[in-house]
Amino acid sequence: MSKADDTQVLTQDALSAAVDDATAAFADAADLDQLAAVKPAHLGDQAPVLLARRQIGSLSKDEKAAAGKRVNEARTAIQTAFDERKAALQAERDERVLREEAVDVTLPWNRVPRGARHPMTTLAERISDVFVGMGYEVAEGPELEAEWFNFDALNFGKDHPARQMQDTFYVEPQDSRLVLRTHTSPVQARTLLHRAPPVYVVCPGRTYRTDELDSTHTPVFHQVEGLAVDKGITMANLKGTLDAFARAMFGEKSETRLRPHFFPFTEPSAEVDVWFEEKKGGPGWVEWGGCGMVNPNVLRACGVDPDVYSGFAFGMGLERTLQFRNGIPDMRDMVEGDVRFTMPFGVEAS
Amino acid sequence: MRVPVSWLAEHLEVGPDIGPAELVDALVRVGVEVDDVDELGPVTGPLVVGKVTEIEELTEFKKPIRYCRVEVGDIEPESTDGKQPTRGIVCGAINFAEGDLVVVALPGAVLPGDFAISARKTYGHVSEGMICSARELGLGEDHTGILVLPRDSASPGEDAREGLGLDDTVLDLAPTPDRGYALSIRGLARELSCALDLPFADPGTREVEATDGDTWPVSIADPAGCDRFVLRRVTGLDAAAPTPWWMRRRLMLAGIRSISLAVDVTNYVMLELGQPLHAFDTGSVKGELVVRRAEKGEKLTTLDDVVRELDPDDIVICDDSGVISLAGTMGGASTEITPESSDVLLEAAHWDPASISRTARRHKLFSEAAKRFERYTDPAVCAVAVDFAARLLRDYGSGTIEGGRTDEGGVTPLPAIAMPISLPDHTAGVRYERGVTVRRLTQIGCKVSIDTADDGTALVVAEPPSWRADLVQPADLVEEVLRLEGYDSIPSTLPVAPAGSGLAPAQRRRRAVSRALAEAGYVEVLPFPFVSGSVWDAFGLAHDDPRRTTSTVLNPLEADKNELATMLLPGLLETLQRNVSRGFKDLSLYHIGQVVQPNANAPTVPDPTVAQRPSDEEIATLEAAVPAQPLHVAAVLTGLRRRAGWWGAGEQATWADAIEAARTVAAASGVELTVSAADELPWHPGRCARLDVGEQVVGFAGELHPKVIEALGLPKRTVAMELDLDAVPVAELRPQPSVSPYPPVLLDIALVVDDLVPAADLAAALRRGGGELLEDVTLFDVYTGEQVGEGKRSLAFKLRMRDPGRTLTVEEATEVRDAALAAAHESYGATLRG
Repeated sequence: MSKADDTQVLTQDALSAAVDDATAAFADAADLDQLAAVKPAHLGDQAPVLLARRQIGSLSKDEKAAAGKRVNEARTAIQTAFDERKAALQAERDERVLREEAVDVTLPWNRVPRGARHPMTTLAERISDVFVGMGYEVAEGPELEAEWFNFDALNFGKDHPARQMQDTFYVEPQDSRLVLRTHTSPVQARTLLHRAPPVYVVCPGRTYRTDELDSTHTPVFHQVEGLAVDKGITMANLKGTLDAFARAMFGEKSETRLRPHFFPFTEPSAEVDVWFEEKKGGPGWVEWGGCGMVNPNVLRACGVDPDVYSGFAFGMGLERTLQFRNGIPDMRDMVEGDVRFTMPFGVEAS
Repeated sequence: MRVPVSWLAEHLEVGPDIGPAELVDALVRVGVEVDDVDELGPVTGPLVVGKVTEIEELTEFKKPIRYCRVEVGDIEPESTDGKQPTRGIVCGAINFAEGDLVVVALPGAVLPGDFAISARKTYGHVSEGMICSARELGLGEDHTGILVLPRDSASPGEDAREGLGLDDTVLDLAPTPDRGYALSIRGLARELSCALDLPFADPGTREVEATDGDTWPVSIADPAGCDRFVLRRVTGLDAAAPTPWWMRRRLMLAGIRSISLAVDVTNYVMLELGQPLHAFDTGSVKGELVVRRAEKGEKLTTLDDVVRELDPDDIVICDDSGVISLAGTMGGASTEITPESSDVLLEAAHWDPASISRTARRHKLFSEAAKRFERYTDPAVCAVAVDFAARLLRDYGSGTIEGGRTDEGGVTPLPAIAMPISLPDHTAGVRYERGVTVRRLTQIGCKVSIDTADDGTALVVAEPPSWRADLVQPADLVEEVLRLEGYDSIPSTLPVAPAGSGLAPAQRRRRAVSRALAEAGYVEVLPFPFVSGSVWDAFGLAHDDPRRTTSTVLNPLEADKNELATMLLPGLLETLQRNVSRGFKDLSLYHIGQVVQPNANAPTVPDPTVAQRPSDEEIATLEAAVPAQPLHVAAVLTGLRRRAGWWGAGEQATWADAIEAARTVAAASGVELTVSAADELPWHPGRCARLDVGEQVVGFAGELHPKVIEALGLPKRTVAMELDLDAVPVAELRPQPSVSPYPPVLLDIALVVDDLVPAADLAAALRRGGGELLEDVTLFDVYTGEQVGEGKRSLAFKLRMRDPGRTLTVEEATEVRDAALAAAHESYGATLRG
């Protein structure tokens, strides 16, 4: 090839053709691999622009500067075309990879499904928390209990019909004087025997009566009991406490009303009804539990001077509370332990 | 107690503005529970008195059917033979005769329950109406026959409504057991008079005829059991005399069947005055009546023809022939009045409530009489009651009241109660108007006076009326004032409790354990504690296993489930089975609850007085006598612990999951469990872990013994754990972590040891040997096989070493590893795997 031929590659036309070829080749590369494959032909040692650069030395001095500038411009144009194409292909690839990695996030992943706590447990805790918030402490006692705590100390006369009112499970032998506690009230007596007033306690627990299991009765059930013994405790205090309790359980608009009743361990005694808005079948009153002013005989049996101290007590059935609060039709479901009953309550809800 | 409003109103001045609804509200307000309000009727259309003139028995049917001609007052002017026109009515009852007056619903009448009457053809005749039973009229439950009215009490064709008293309401009332007086019209009318401030005419002050001498000899040998005994004698009684309609109607509405005049009268007086009466057939009574306690071995055949063995605690009435009545509970058969009795002795007595209560329970005789006597009757009303009954027998049974009245014993006034006059105000938290306390106490029948205590306190002194033995202390008077003033007048005031200290540590721990298990996939269940003794056999427990020592329920609901479980697993496994039978295969359940563990050496349960605090010693004995009832936690698993799914296969629950559940409990308590191999039923001897905290065994976990699984019909490979939660201490750890910022050195070692060496023990040896620089030891592989030889296994651990103050060199770390290895070698002969 003649020298003149060799410098042909430095002409503007030749360089422009090289740029066009490169840009077209890059544009034709469908992915990064193809782009990498065509890169040496346009930017490698044997690429036209680099071969052209080597020819610059053979030019005359006045031609060199202009040719150098042309080559550089061409080189830059090719490099820019490459970079742009590469960025575009990378973006395309990244986007595709992410798209390809997409999964169905609605697939279940319950390899170890979460369990659930029984609503009786969470309800008892929730009630305890309401009272702990008022300064009460939580007291507990045994379920198989001395008759003395379950009845005698609570002013149940030995032959009084009231002792038969609560259908009691007795324990062998006949004269064991042990019963399955018929209410949580023996905890009152146990507490008062060991703590000097002021006493403010709430006692959740399991209790027993010989009722056959049906949709509204269960022989094994739960109660929560509240007891306050202090100087100057009044029935108005009882009402205030019950109202606060009702609001915490059933909403701000809830309230209670008292109807005279009889319990051996309180005098005066009352039954409590609660009114709440979300009651099934519309807002209204529901019978909730029993209450009253602690009978002075109970205070005396526990060594508390009834001339100095007075107190109130109240008790509610938790199954019943849950039943009317949640509108659960059949109490049997609460005791049979079917996981389908408990699961919807989750770990903390009630 | 079922009570017609009209009967209550007879003793009260009830204005027109007070209807049944107002009475119900008032009763509820003063504490009488209203179980039911039963408005009679409605009956519309023609309901008339009919006279049965002819009865034709239709015999071709399976049951007796009568075709009757009944005169119902139809006017038929063409009739010339003097006979009244009649209607033909078909009737299925047979308790009536020609000439009887009956109640007829004519076509067009509508009886209660929208029961419309029309003329229709039945049993081959056209029936132009219906002869009614009491139940069809809504007058009670009696449907044993049709209602027959006394002859001549009305004329055929008269509207029957008024005579039947269908414009009435029956209240079903349940007074509380402390208010025996309220089991009577007298007591309930008094309650209403107090509640509504209505004038009240006390039927208990009815006339008692002045008469001299005893009517029959009586002696009370047991004045503690009986403090008043009154008799009157009625002779010449027409035993067949019908009970007047008004009385029958009231008894019917009260739910009591009419038997005979004499029986009906005693029931009627009991309902009205609350004083049960007994009527003896005088001719059958031999000699003096003696009231005493029964003697051992004595027997009595009671009215219900049951021979009863008497208890020396039973109060009885005797004559020369022996025991003739179980006092206050049920009369004897030998002196029972019969349809022929024309000479009766009417008895009203006052019995010791506790004795009657015991007798009723002992003989399971819960009669209307016993129900009243055990709740206390009014001793002052005995003579009033017998005289009233005698007069009714005289007036309606043509009897003659014999002169003389036996009245042994008497009425002891109830003790007066002194109360600070401000006590009702202080108890209620209300400032009542002046005079309220005195007014209310007077209203319920107390004699009230005002006094001053030595310290100047103004006192109210109230003498309770004879029917209110329930008033014994000031609190009882307070209740009367508060309930009559209305509980709705008591305001709502929250008391201020002293600052509490929140939940106790054990209570917080119980919640933490419960939450941790639930979060770990367990579902809480609350099985009953009642188990069958056979479960301990299924568990394979030895005969002297302490878990077989149970408390036994005397009156279980299910006869074969009479033991209180000493552990939670029996109930939990039964619940597991119930879920399995309902179609669940993969289950993880837990239960936190008390178990009952009786102690053979427990003291007898004492019976201290309640008049004052028992001594500390008595309290300690009481508490020690109650069986230990520690709080346990148990968990059971079956099926897949990690579920199968689109991700792949699941993993079966294994012994390791059971132990992990126990560790979860321990972690929630802030303590670590030491796990060691154990052989403890009901677990698999090779897959059972004993779980200790420190030196204390707190429970067991693992796979259940295959024989236990078979005996109980459980799914294969069921696993379980049970811990005594009370024995697991609640650690207040107060950790003081200090975290080194320097890099660790990580080295792995594989140790070959005898395969009986527990992994946990080997790890402990490494920790011990490695000392403080050995930050962590983690087992990551277990290998058995040819390469390590028979009876050996290789355990591979990752050791992480770190210095608290500088970067540890590899040389130093190697020294630590060697020290750990040396300890493992020394303790268990461990060698590095080649």
